[in-house]
Amino acid sequence: MDAVRLLVAAEDFDPGQEIERLSSGEGQSGAVATFLGLVRGAADGVSAMTLEHYPGMTEKRIAAIVEEARSRWALERVTVIHRVGRLLPGERIVFVGVAGRHRAESLAACEFLIDWLKTRAPFWKMEETAQGERWVEAREEDDKRADRWNRTPL
Amino acid sequence: MKIVYFAALRREIGVGEEDVSPPPDISTVAQLLDWLKGRSPAHAKALSARRLMAAINQDYAGLGAAVSADDEVAFFPPVTGG
Repeated sequence: MDAVRLLVAAEDFDPGQEIERLSSGEGQSGAVATFLGLVRGAADGVSAMTLEHYPGMTEKRIAAIVEEARSRWALERVTVIHRVGRLLPGERIVFVGVAGRHRAESLAACEFLIDWLKTRAPFWKMEETAQGERWVEAREEDDKRADRWNRTPL
Repeated sequence: MKIVYFAALRREIGVGEEDVSPPPDISTVAQLLDWLKGRSPAHAKALSARRLMAAINQDYAGLGAAVSADDEVAFFPPVTGG
């Protein structure tokens, strides 16, 4: 089984199956950590969200971010799935999962991956609201979170 | 040279990509950006955004990076995935 699984697609995915895949090693991994991102809806007045991306560059950037994670932590497996297109509140957007030897490195690598994915992979979110469409603005908070992992340019 | 725009920039300019032939003295991302602003009022407005990111052949590039005729140069707002 491949150590790295990357997917950018409109289709939904099954988080259970992804966790199963991450945990079915030969026993070297002791910890699987995952992050699952969903479309936030009603409370923010968002009726739908469309994710646009830069085909080609997206896959390249995600692969580079995953390689960066693998150079920092000993990871047996990494899975990154990011959906694109129009999604409704409650739908899954993104899945990050890592299998490592111990929990500390798995948890850290998982957080690193989603932090850098958010600030370095070329995706853009457009929200549909009762007032019309609006592009989601990049948040300084996300940049700060990503920068905690240092300022290595990607 | 192939120019591609994404997200709000694509909407404001009205096209996702265009083939352009800048004059030979356009050699950096910053110069290209200024030259592109002259294409239409929509270009001028969209490309004057305070925070803009650029990529050359699908790698992030700074304003001083060199561009050449067979490059694919992308302009887009700060990314918001995840």
